[in-house]
Formats: sequence, structure tokens, C-alpha cells
Amino acid sequence: MAARVITVTSGKGGVGKTTLVANLGVALAMQRQRVVVIDADVGLRNLDMMLGLENRIVYDLVDVIEARCRLRQALVRDKRLSELFLLPAAQTRDKSAVQPDDMVRVCESLREQHDFVLIDSPAGIEQGFRYAIAPADEILVVTNPEVAAVRDADRVVGLIEAEEKNSAQLIINRVNPDMVRRGEMLDIADVVELLAVNLVGIVPEDRNLLVAANRGRPLAFSGDGALVSRAFHNIARRLRGEDVPFMALREPGMLERLARFVHFWRD
Amino acid sequence: MGFFERMRGRRRDSPSGKVAKERLRLVLAHDRASVSPALLNTLKDEIIAVISRHIAIDVESVEVAFSQSGRESRLVADIPLLTRRGRRKK
Repeated sequence: MAARVITVTSGKGGVGKTTLVANLGVALAMQRQRVVVIDADVGLRNLDMMLGLENRIVYDLVDVIEARCRLRQALVRDKRLSELFLLPAAQTRDKSAVQPDDMVRVCESLREQHDFVLIDSPAGIEQGFRYAIAPADEILVVTNPEVAAVRDADRVVGLIEAEEKNSAQLIINRVNPDMVRRGEMLDIADVVELLAVNLVGIVPEDRNLLVAANRGRPLAFSGDGALVSRAFHNIARRLRGEDVPFMALREPGMLERLARFVHFWRD
Repeated sequence: MGFFERMRGRRRDSPSGKVAKERLRLVLAHDRASVSPALLNTLKDEIIAVISRHIAIDVESVEVAFSQSGRESRLVADIPLLTRRGRRKK
């Protein structure tokens, strides 16, 4: 079967697009899918570091487009998962080196031998965003429960509608259950209601994601072990058509409640 | 912050999550329609001018705002008429 091309975008930078693409790529590959992740952020290459593949790059996306190498030669295979490949961005070029048609052509040639092509879009709504969504069959919009990220996500959803693409699907990243419970953070229902798009994933905030990035080993490798990892695997399963219920973000333990109570009286 | 201030503070301010939602609701409506609050005011003034040329309306209570349902936006104008009964009330 031909691959589905899925672009991950957000409008605002820093909401966790690259982390999501790395983890979804790992999760899908662990579910025995043949996956290519493409770093479309030309000039600001980062997906390679998230995946720990930065020392293995020989050619990049722009080399492929400008025919300095064949597509196969530019794909970096992840040794931990034989069916996960990275097509890295060029680091010494800028976004003007890529046109929407180029991305369509690259993705067409990847379709036959893979199940999923995930594109990590650059932030913004300019050229980089345009070429990143050009080949997409489906688009995931990532946001955080925070005013700037939600507003930018809404802009992007509007632009995707204007392109007459399949309507965008939403992933809410960095949810802090404690803050939501205290009413100090937009909750899931608020964000879904405001943006009025279909929700496919909720990812809790977790410092271990930073540790994972430090090491170049996405948390999704731990399977169902950690809550965040399970969140990524659930999204991967939903993308594959499974009906996976959204998990409950954790209830506070007794100790935590006690700690909060003590805090309350002390300050 | 002491205990009592905290209690009072809580009662007075609505939680910031709710504030965020209300602010976003408004700003998204304007973003989606590419209509600034200033343009909305102009629209309101002109609607009032056109309608009051033909019928008596309660100018002070006119409301022109966006309403959302899903990703559809519409402009809703609420224009109370000045009926006899309405006038008497004032």
C-alpha cells in the first residue's frame, strides 16, 4: 500500500513539533510500520539531534532536490529500528532552496516503499510552511494550552482550510494537569471548542522529554512505560485507524496532596 | 500572601484559564473574519445610521458582534426597536 504523507505544523515555534515527529516516527516504527521522517526546517536542522542521528548524515533534502544524490542515499536509517528513516534538512541553505513541487516529488517517490511519511514543518506561515503542507494527505496541528499557541494554531487551521486540504487534526501538547485542575490553564475542552477541529492527541508536559532530547533517544522507545510515551503510541495507533480512548491525565497521589496542603499553610 | 488575602483573592478573580478562554474567543472571531475592533465599530455606526433613517431604534442598546458555531463565524446585530412601551420604561 502507498504511504500516507502527514505534515506536522503549528504556526508558533517551540510548541513541540520536532519532538512530536521524532516520537511519532519511533512509535509507528515500533508498531512495525515503515516510516520516513522528513526535516523540512531548512537552515535550522534539529530533527537529527532529537533522533540521535546527527553524526550519520551525508546528504540532505536540498541535495536530493538539486540532484546531487539519489533519494536513497540521503535517507539515514535508524539502527535501533530498521524501518525508521530520516531525510535531514540542509543546514547551510535557507527555505528559498525548496519549492512546494519539490516536496511533492520527493514524497511521491517515498510513497511506494513506506507506510508513513512524516514531515516536520518549520514554524511560521511563510514559504517553509507552504512547501511542508504541499504534499500532505493529512495535517496535524500542534498547540499548547496557552493563548499565543492557540491563536497561531487557529491561523494555521484557517490557512489549511483555504488550501482545500483535508481538514487539520489537533494535538494538544504540554498539558499540565495540576494547573488545569487549579483553573490556571486552558483545559482540553476549551482548546477543542475554540479551534473547532478534531482532536487526535493529548500529551502531558514532562521534563523527561528534555532529558531524552539531551541523549538523542526519543521517549517513545520506552513503549508503554512512561505516560508521555504512551501518549505518543496512542496517537500513532489512532493515526493507523484504531479507536483508542484518550487517557486520563493522572490524579494526584496522597503524598502530593499532603505536600500541597503543607505549602498552602506555610506561605 | 497570607491565608485570608488568598481566600479573598480567589473569590475576586476568575481563574486565569477562564480569562484566557474568553480573550481567545474574541480575538479568534476577529482574526477569522479579518475584522478589527475598530472596523466593527464603524460597521455598527453605519448600521445604526441606515436603520434609524427608517425606524426608531434604541441606539444605546445596539450590539454588533461575532458569533461562532464550529469554524463558522457570523456577524450578529441585535437592534432593539423603540416601541411605545419601550419608551415608557425609560
